[in-house]
Amino acid sequence: MTANTAIRNAFERARHEHRAALIPYITAGYPSLDHLEPLVQALEAGGADLIEIGVPFSDPLADGPILQQAATEALAAGVKVQQILDRVAALRVSVPLVFLTYVNPIYRRGIERFIEDSHRSGIQGLIVPDWPWVEMREAAKVSKRHRVAMIPFVAPTSTDAHLHNIRSAEGFVYTVSVTGVTGARTHLDQGVGGLVARIREQVKIPIAVGFGISTPEQARETGKVADGVIVGSALVKVIRDHPDNPIEAAQAFVGSFRNALETK
Amino acid sequence: MAMMKSVPDIHGRFGRFGGQYVPETLMPALDELTRAYREAKVDRAFHHEWMGLLKEYVGRPTALRQAFRMSEQLGFPVYLKREDLNHTGAHKINNTMGQVLLAKRMGKHRIIAETGAGQHGVATATAAALFGLHAEIYMGEEDVKRQALNVYRMKLLGAEVHAVHSGTRTLKDATNEAIRDWVTNVRDTFYVIGSVVGPHPYPMMVRDFQSIIGREARRQFRHLTGGLPSHIVAPVGGGSNSMGIFYAFRNDPVSLVGIEAAGDGVETGRHAATITMAEPGILHGSLSYLLQDEDGQIQPAHSISAGLDYPGVGPEHAYLHDVGRARYESITDRQALAAFHRLAEWEGIIPALESAHAVAWVIQERDALSRQGAKVLINLSGRGDKDVDAVATYEEGIARDDG
Repeated sequence: MTANTAIRNAFERARHEHRAALIPYITAGYPSLDHLEPLVQALEAGGADLIEIGVPFSDPLADGPILQQAATEALAAGVKVQQILDRVAALRVSVPLVFLTYVNPIYRRGIERFIEDSHRSGIQGLIVPDWPWVEMREAAKVSKRHRVAMIPFVAPTSTDAHLHNIRSAEGFVYTVSVTGVTGARTHLDQGVGGLVARIREQVKIPIAVGFGISTPEQARETGKVADGVIVGSALVKVIRDHPDNPIEAAQAFVGSFRNALETK
Repeated sequence: MAMMKSVPDIHGRFGRFGGQYVPETLMPALDELTRAYREAKVDRAFHHEWMGLLKEYVGRPTALRQAFRMSEQLGFPVYLKREDLNHTGAHKINNTMGQVLLAKRMGKHRIIAETGAGQHGVATATAAALFGLHAEIYMGEEDVKRQALNVYRMKLLGAEVHAVHSGTRTLKDATNEAIRDWVTNVRDTFYVIGSVVGPHPYPMMVRDFQSIIGREARRQFRHLTGGLPSHIVAPVGGGSNSMGIFYAFRNDPVSLVGIEAAGDGVETGRHAATITMAEPGILHGSLSYLLQDEDGQIQPAHSISAGLDYPGVGPEHAYLHDVGRARYESITDRQALAAFHRLAEWEGIIPALESAHAVAWVIQERDALSRQGAKVLINLSGRGDKDVDAVATYEEGIARDDG
């Protein structure tokens, strides 16, 4: 039994179209929990191949100001993990969904229970920035059983030993393009092409790049070397800046990234 | 008495607690730090330089003396380990001298630190000034307002102070922001953590640097009395002064008592009694006990003492609690304030509010301790000058409420 066929198929489909997969991120509960379903549908309609849904945490130490604010507002509005699970389970969407959260909400619910509940809600993978691969052994077994991919991170500082360790990983590699936290940047590290090439020597699953990608032009450049392009803070900023029509604005924004990835 | 198992293991685990829960970007830096620290630890030159600084710059060894009037009032002998006599006024500098020396050895020119009340920020800025390194200190906006004097001290010492506007705008958020800085500038920056918290190797390294307190105290106490104390009592926020004095006594027949801040009272929910609640969770790089809700969201801590106002605690304390080697009790704001006054009147020593929690517990338990024929050693972790304004303001508030 192979885990996460859905994630693999999503990258395959993009590859057949000779482009990188587009992976947008939104925070569940921002601007409100009721926005989750229409936002996910708008992202799919705009051309997303896979969608990251953030489960907000009180102390998001890998996030920059925009995603911190989104999490703070969602929690202040009283959003609970169970509500997010219920809403996600009710989504009608054909692209695969993954959760992005921090390790404590998972640990608190119980590692196995969180993974099992995520699977039941239709989640294909978990991205947990403060849960390094070496601390994840127990979770890896559980996640395999429930066919939820634990997404490994690679950073510009990562060692060859780490790249070797994650060869058994499933889903895709989340490559951090710069040392730092999430958030829009005007310039990306020159080294991401070299980093992607280093990962490819060791790892067979698709490689997506995130952190700091904020314009279609940056997405197109990144898409030339990576199998997937992740856009988070820039999208959440668009949602924040369009309080009257966040759904339409998000769809148009994601659409512009999809167009950029299709343009050679 | 059975010997304590040597902790942490090579994965940085104290039993089930500890570990390394940080972004992948930082993992190589933690490995580099672990290697550098292990090399420095067995390097005589490093040890010699650190001990020289503690003696000639910090003013160690600090005094240990019986508190005679307090002993007479309570009916059993009480001794004070005077960490308040250190340069900069608290135990914090034992650790920052060690870490900044290590930073210099590793060739890192930029120092960052988090601070709550500002004591660790001042101690870090002091060590950085001594070595000519650039220090940037993260401090919650609320604490910047409450501790304006310490902000000015850090600036005098040449440090840059960044006010943190996110979350609860206190120590927890200052720590988040310091970690974000480290993730961004990991290649040239050394993060000086102020307590026995954070990812491995920090809880071990800070404990080792602070364990000078207990090594001195053990020698001094034996010299003074010919034996060992029956109880060692120390306040616990993150837990560095208490771990520092407990560690040398871990294999002795001595009761180790950590005192947490009960704030308005544990039953009110407005407190910082993390171990009393004993709910495991992961924050700032390690698995320990945390104040949190049912979803694992971190809950704000409350204490009149800014140094105890933290929703987590070091993983080794969680371990000592778990295996039953140390016991943890809590003291309210009002009890700590009363003890603040008592010690000043009895001994001519104004204790830090943190240390006043330990004094308060000894006063509260006077009957039981007296019956046991106790010989109590209190770790007086810092001096109270920094707290005088806050105490005066708080007491005016109480006077108004009561009037």
